[in-house]
Amino acid sequence: MPPAAPAQRDLRLDLFRGLALWLIFLDHIPSNIVSWATIRNFGFSDAAEIFIFISGYTAAFVYGRAMRERGFIIAGARILKRAWQVYVAHMFLFVIYMAEIAYVSSSFENPLYHEEMGIFDFLKQPDVTLIQALLLKFKPVNMDVLPLYIALLLGFPPILWLLQKQATLALAASAALYALAWHFGWNLPAYPSGHWWFNPFAWQLLFVLGAWCALGGAERIGRFIRSPIVLGLAAAYLLFALVIVMTWHFSSLAPYVPKWLSEAIYPIDKINLDVLRIAHFLALAAITVRFIPRDWPGLQSVWLRPAILCGQHSLEIFCLGIFLSFAGHFVFNEFSDAVFVQVLVSALGIAIMCAAAALISWYRKIEGRSPGSRSKPPDADLAGGEA
Amino acid sequence: MRTLCAAALAVLACIGAVLAAESPDCAVPAHLADADYPLPRVAAAVDQARQLDIVVIGTGSSTLAGPGGADLAYPARLQVILTKRLPAVKTKVVTSVKSRRSAAEMEESFEKILEEKPALIIWQSGTVDAITGVDPEEYRATLDEGVEALHAGGADVVLMNMQYSPRTESMIAIQAYADSMRLVSQQRQVPLLDRFSIMRHWSELGIFDLHAATKKLELAARIHDCIAQLLADLIHDGVKLSREQPKAGQ
Repeated sequence: MPPAAPAQRDLRLDLFRGLALWLIFLDHIPSNIVSWATIRNFGFSDAAEIFIFISGYTAAFVYGRAMRERGFIIAGARILKRAWQVYVAHMFLFVIYMAEIAYVSSSFENPLYHEEMGIFDFLKQPDVTLIQALLLKFKPVNMDVLPLYIALLLGFPPILWLLQKQATLALAASAALYALAWHFGWNLPAYPSGHWWFNPFAWQLLFVLGAWCALGGAERIGRFIRSPIVLGLAAAYLLFALVIVMTWHFSSLAPYVPKWLSEAIYPIDKINLDVLRIAHFLALAAITVRFIPRDWPGLQSVWLRPAILCGQHSLEIFCLGIFLSFAGHFVFNEFSDAVFVQVLVSALGIAIMCAAAALISWYRKIEGRSPGSRSKPPDADLAGGEA
Repeated sequence: MRTLCAAALAVLACIGAVLAAESPDCAVPAHLADADYPLPRVAAAVDQARQLDIVVIGTGSSTLAGPGGADLAYPARLQVILTKRLPAVKTKVVTSVKSRRSAAEMEESFEKILEEKPALIIWQSGTVDAITGVDPEEYRATLDEGVEALHAGGADVVLMNMQYSPRTESMIAIQAYADSMRLVSQQRQVPLLDRFSIMRHWSELGIFDLHAATKKLELAARIHDCIAQLLADLIHDGVKLSREQPKAGQ
């Protein structure tokens, strides 16, 4: 038997998932001046890695308990129900996207952008576009994370079962799938051409790694990742990534990257979750857990409460963030994209996300307390949110 | 990443690192318009043959629709500007421009284009690949092979990336393709005209209003004229670099 998962939810997970949701919102507003401050500008990995890793961790935490207590069928059914919820949320976002491009296609015209208007061709054949979207093959820009999450949840029940029986074997199988996907170029097809922007066969590694950590793996490697050698290596690697990324921002620095190095590291493949990106995420994680322990008093502070709340209602807040990024881009185009407007829109968006998270928490509370209501699943309260 | 560049750009612009172009509107910071790599075959054509044949291979954003549109687009303007700047050289710019072509589809036409022995190919691509969602890695490989084939066919290459289009920015995932092109430019050592960053620079400084809806060609014509000027500067720069290091790139 693997060691039982800790009974208390780790608030750090909610905190960092909440922060990742903010970063995803900021990064998804095109040409947003505030997004220069997000982590993707300082290293190889970005908020997507944080989001997927923590989602794997919390999924194993919540459904692992269900599987131990109520069996494979019940837990599996709940995971599939969750996948369905994510699918519905994705389709809701897709409708908002179609509304946006339909509006722009009818209100905007400029001979300079004759070519870019090709994006509106999707509106001309709704029969194909809508069906391809329902099949998760047509995925508009920035709407790739939820389909990945759906695919990961669909494959999760057997992985979770194996993780509880033979944790190391499950992790090895996941790594093998990652390697095979790289070797054979496995990915799911997309419409009208190409493949998924987040290759589920590659990204599953991070999700399963998160789940493995949740089911006792974190304790097993705890001493290792707290060792000074790992800490030093992690810090050195983060510095290396920072230097490389600076050569992207300032092209005059690019010639200083030696040719052998650039041939070795480029392209840094996001679609297939490049090893350099995993390493960057792991280095960040190692340093984070080193300096922010589980019982860090700051986790109880009012200042971090908004981010924690957002992280606890990740699906709702993620969708809201995507919608707000559309709305923010709309404001830039229709009214102004002056710097102060960009800062204002970014701050307002995060404030709305926090307010919505607080509202959802409040709803959960009154529904949980109202007489005659169905009792909640036993773990959801403890989990402080959902997987 | 892009916005960080933008912030850096704004600072650079403020401290006056501005390139003097023929029309002050077109001015961009030097690092956006300078050639990073030499153009030895163009230099030979200018210095020895006194004849410069250029082919623009591209898609819809390399031309303008409507009556007289093609004369206002950057390839035609480039011929006018180069002829003026190099009076002793017989300059000819021809186009192989067709809408909705991916980079891979354009590559198929290279063999035929190289038969005419042009000294320089300006290869514009990316928007169509981004709209149809071609794998960015596949796109990068296509560019890489394409540049190799053009070099083997005896032509220098200038790569040109996408236009900056604020209205459709949230709908077309340009960045991955722009990054792919930058990488090919660095690894194959071919100059890149970073149209995307240049146009965004103009938009951010309010030099051109790229948000505005219009049916008129006027704004488009001014943009194309500026792009042609910057291309001419880039070619001039690449030739200068080749003269300074005559063996480079050959």
